[in-house]
Amino acid sequence: MWLRPIPEPDARVPGHMDVLLPRRSHQPPALNWREALFNPLTLTLVFAALIASVIGTAWAQDGTPGQASIPSVLLKWTPLLAQGFGYNILISVLSMAVGTLLGVLLGILQVSPVFVIRKFAWLVTQFFRNAPWLVLLFYAILLIPFQVTIFGVTMPFPGWLKAVIGLSLPVMAYMSEYVRGAIQSVPSGQWESAESLGFSRGQTMRMVILPQTVKRILPNWMNLYAVLTMATPLVSIIGVDDIMGYTRSALSAEGRPDVLIPMYLYVLCWFFIYCYPISLMTSRLERRYSVKL
Amino acid sequence: MAMTDVKWTADQPIVSLKDVRKSYGSVPVLNGISLDIMKGEVICIIGPSGSGKSTLIRCINALNDIQGGSILVEGLEVHDPKLDKLALRKKVGMVFQQYNLFPHKTALQNVMMAPVKVLKENPAEVEKRARELIRKVRLEGKENSYPGELSGGQQQRVAIARSLAMRPDIMLFDEVTAALDPETVKEVLVTIKDLAAEGMTCILVTHEMGFAREVADHIYFTDKGVIVEHGPPAGFFANPTDPRTRQFLSQVL
Repeated sequence: MWLRPIPEPDARVPGHMDVLLPRRSHQPPALNWREALFNPLTLTLVFAALIASVIGTAWAQDGTPGQASIPSVLLKWTPLLAQGFGYNILISVLSMAVGTLLGVLLGILQVSPVFVIRKFAWLVTQFFRNAPWLVLLFYAILLIPFQVTIFGVTMPFPGWLKAVIGLSLPVMAYMSEYVRGAIQSVPSGQWESAESLGFSRGQTMRMVILPQTVKRILPNWMNLYAVLTMATPLVSIIGVDDIMGYTRSALSAEGRPDVLIPMYLYVLCWFFIYCYPISLMTSRLERRYSVKL
Repeated sequence: MAMTDVKWTADQPIVSLKDVRKSYGSVPVLNGISLDIMKGEVICIIGPSGSGKSTLIRCINALNDIQGGSILVEGLEVHDPKLDKLALRKKVGMVFQQYNLFPHKTALQNVMMAPVKVLKENPAEVEKRARELIRKVRLEGKENSYPGELSGGQQQRVAIARSLAMRPDIMLFDEVTAALDPETVKEVLVTIKDLAAEGMTCILVTHEMGFAREVADHIYFTDKGVIVEHGPPAGFFANPTDPRTRQFLSQVL
């Protein structure tokens, strides 16, 4: 299905040399949306998850008549889980936005001509890139006060906002590295021609270099978002409302051990359905941009 | 207006190099280069690779710094730390071997960008000028093409138009045909010849000896960071005096 035979050198084309073909030409061609979403692998995984829930139900329900079936239990809690998942999405989107903004700035500082700035940005990047996300979350919870007073107005600083800050730090660090790498991959001739046309360094960065880095950063950025979304359940550990916390509440309300595994499987499905299209789109973009020079 | 603008008059050399020295680390590249170029002159710098030709013209618009000597462009001291670089870049345009067009902008946008963004000129006027320049380099109809859609020769001509859009007094050409197919070399050379005929001061680093002989008012032959020999093309190519020049010419002609 995925593998295609390596094409034989075409003797009819003069000068045809198989060696000179890019290796990528042997990879599967880009899938369209329908094929990507409804290929056997995807469907198998999703259905396996669903069937496991149902079979698990039947198996566990043996000898316990009078109990609600597991699918109906899952259905009953779905609105609450959806609300929890909404928090996960909200936290991931906000962290991504904040982290991207800071990361782009930090990445630009990493190529600053000023030694001190460059090294400082490098240090910050490396520090947060090599820190466990959960530890950063704990620090965000511990270090940020639960309310802030600005101009005499005291505002609460809710936990989910602290979680956003905690998660945006590693996003910032990863973005910083992506941006630095992409900036450095732009040929130096671009800097020189812009300089000889009178562009200042800032103008060159803004109008010439950064627009050229977008294509290169985009797949990494989307991948980072998928990873971040999958990391959002960490916030339940520090007591912020999310799908994991709500699942635990639902489970303790039901008090039925047999619902435990189906329900967590159900939660996994939510994440899979949200993240898988993103990773598909990422690999499509990567394939498209990797061929073009 | 800077004071230095007042000092320079058209009867003085428009570009004047005095004992220019430069090294990359401990490797000397330019070992005391002196030359004067008058307004409207076309000079070609030739020489074996690694002789410092490209470094020399990159020093003229301050892309490279120098360690000794001085470079004056219309009275501006190029390597004065207090130099207004923008003032210099308005006077000196440069075209590179690798074209270096901005790949995310169309040909027209490439030409318009610097006057609009750097000089803050009226976009409508700049567009009119840019379209004229594109016509001048014989690329009508390619205004909305991206660099990736143009051939090397076409890209190089857009690069020339882009430089001219800043209305420079001096144009630097750094081996602009070295990366081109033989067939497209000519179209770029014709463009440069047109410019030279209009009285643009041109400094070219080139390997096209036939072209140098045809358009140059003066040829400089450099080797190991010094000017070995120079003179008007007729005499230079017919009767080279220095043995190094002779050896080089015998290899490339």
